[in-house]
Amino acid sequence: MSRRIWNNAVKAGLYICSAVTVALLVSLIGYIMYRGIPALSFHLLSTQSSYLNDTIGILPNILNTLYIIIVTMAIAIPIGVCAALYLTEYAENKKLVSAIEFAAETLTGIPSIIFGLVGMLVFTQLLGIKQGILAGALTLVMMIMPTIIRTTQESLKTVPMSYREGALAMGAGKWYMIRTVVLPNAVDGIVTGCILAVGRIIGESAALLFTAGFGLVLNNFVDSLTSSSATLTVALYVYASERGETNVAFAIAVVLIILTLVINMIAGLAAGRLRAKTK
Amino acid sequence: MRENMKQDAKKERMSELVPHLIFLFCGLAAVAFVLCISVYLIISGIPAIHKIGIIKFLFGMKWQSTAAEPSFGILPFVLTSIYGTAGAVLIGVPIGIMTAVYLAKVAPKRPAAVIRTAAQLLAGIPSVVYGLVGMIVLVPAIQKIFRLSSGATLLCAIIVLSIMILPSIINVSETALEAVPREYEEASMALGATEIETYMKVSLPAAKSGIAAAVVLGVGRAIGEAMAIIMVSGNVANMPGLLKSVRFMTTAIASEMSYAAVGSLQREALFSIGLVLFLFIMIINVILNVFIKGKGKKDVA
Repeated sequence: MSRRIWNNAVKAGLYICSAVTVALLVSLIGYIMYRGIPALSFHLLSTQSSYLNDTIGILPNILNTLYIIIVTMAIAIPIGVCAALYLTEYAENKKLVSAIEFAAETLTGIPSIIFGLVGMLVFTQLLGIKQGILAGALTLVMMIMPTIIRTTQESLKTVPMSYREGALAMGAGKWYMIRTVVLPNAVDGIVTGCILAVGRIIGESAALLFTAGFGLVLNNFVDSLTSSSATLTVALYVYASERGETNVAFAIAVVLIILTLVINMIAGLAAGRLRAKTK
Repeated sequence: MRENMKQDAKKERMSELVPHLIFLFCGLAAVAFVLCISVYLIISGIPAIHKIGIIKFLFGMKWQSTAAEPSFGILPFVLTSIYGTAGAVLIGVPIGIMTAVYLAKVAPKRPAAVIRTAAQLLAGIPSVVYGLVGMIVLVPAIQKIFRLSSGATLLCAIIVLSIMILPSIINVSETALEAVPREYEEASMALGATEIETYMKVSLPAAKSGIAAAVVLGVGRAIGEAMAIIMVSGNVANMPGLLKSVRFMTTAIASEMSYAAVGSLQREALFSIGLVLFLFIMIINVILNVFIKGKGKKDVA
């Protein structure tokens, strides 16, 4: 009898815990939408904050987020893809491979506040880059590198060995073979990795506080590289805890959540395509 | 003619060598980043520890960085980080593991897909958004329930952290549970155990190294989180108490760095906190590696 009770109790526990996970997500998103959507307006999305008119606008922050994604990815994709190419196609020294893989793993575990600290020390103090999008992007490059390396490596491994052998047998050099046969066949996986990395960049805040800065002023792309520029997440933090503008913070949260959902959907689709191909 | 061929061969060698070298340098970039982070944290973290005295720094109970006679003891931050992480693990791990068991063993396809998506989305929500909701919903609620003057407490941070570590625990435990050989479970059921008994008493122990890895991963997430808990924990350098306003190692750095003057001892001490946090993370990484490697060995055997 007690065995039956134990069985049912555990089973109930399994159901309840799973329900809790889903309920958490639904209530979180529901609450953010409930508070944030009424605060969203075209004016908020399309202007910058003005002390004179006492209005708040998050256009600069939307653009800053976009800029930082562009700059970070422009640096991180070439380095990350090349690193993955080295690991899967070239490396013969086992020790070196495991050193690089260990380093990438270590980078994954380092908290973003530490990246922020080191980014500030190295890029703004040592190299003298002014606080802004560039310093922030360089910091983020260190952070998202492992994601790009790992997903690229995985997709390179799905390219059949026979493709490579075929190309080499026809007299292609290694680099020619990689350029014309391996990379085009691995591009889906690389794209998936990039989408995941973009998701991380959008959500990042602690690493950007002291590298990209708090600035809420609208700048053009070139100026923003070296002037303090808050991304959406940092702006959310500033408006919520320093200005007490809860409604604006919730409106930014809605924008962030929608971006997250879209990114997740695209990543899911890309991963699905990848899986269909490997089958 | 022969001269020409030699040159062609040389050109070809060059066109192979250059990409090879570029790829090698990019591969080494990851190693360079890690070295750069370690070296810079050590270089900038050591001076303050030296000036303050390592015992006074690590075990001092008072942090008054801006007082006339400043004192820099980080024991409150270290203990808060440890208590906060322990609390988050205590709440998050059981829920995460139970969800993983349901996902891996019990759930039909449709509900499993829903839960998996939910966990994935929870992982994608930016930490400032967790902080915002915690600040607006959780803090007032705790203030009301416990009749406090401020609801921004360690308890609040623990609840937020336990939600934030849930996705990684679910994900890693599920993978570990799915790797348990079906034969173990069939043998157990053939001996008369019910399904639930099998999952809890056979599958879970068989997957224990993977689940341990999940827990350690959760610990790493929780101890490194900054922005979500800075908004809900009150940010006062108290010794930790469940219903007291507290400050974590991460939030100490995040909150004081913006106004600490360049070259001041306060700023240097913040770097030292960064160094201590980094050491914690490295220890966690080593433990994680032991679990993963240990698992690999067992698979071979």
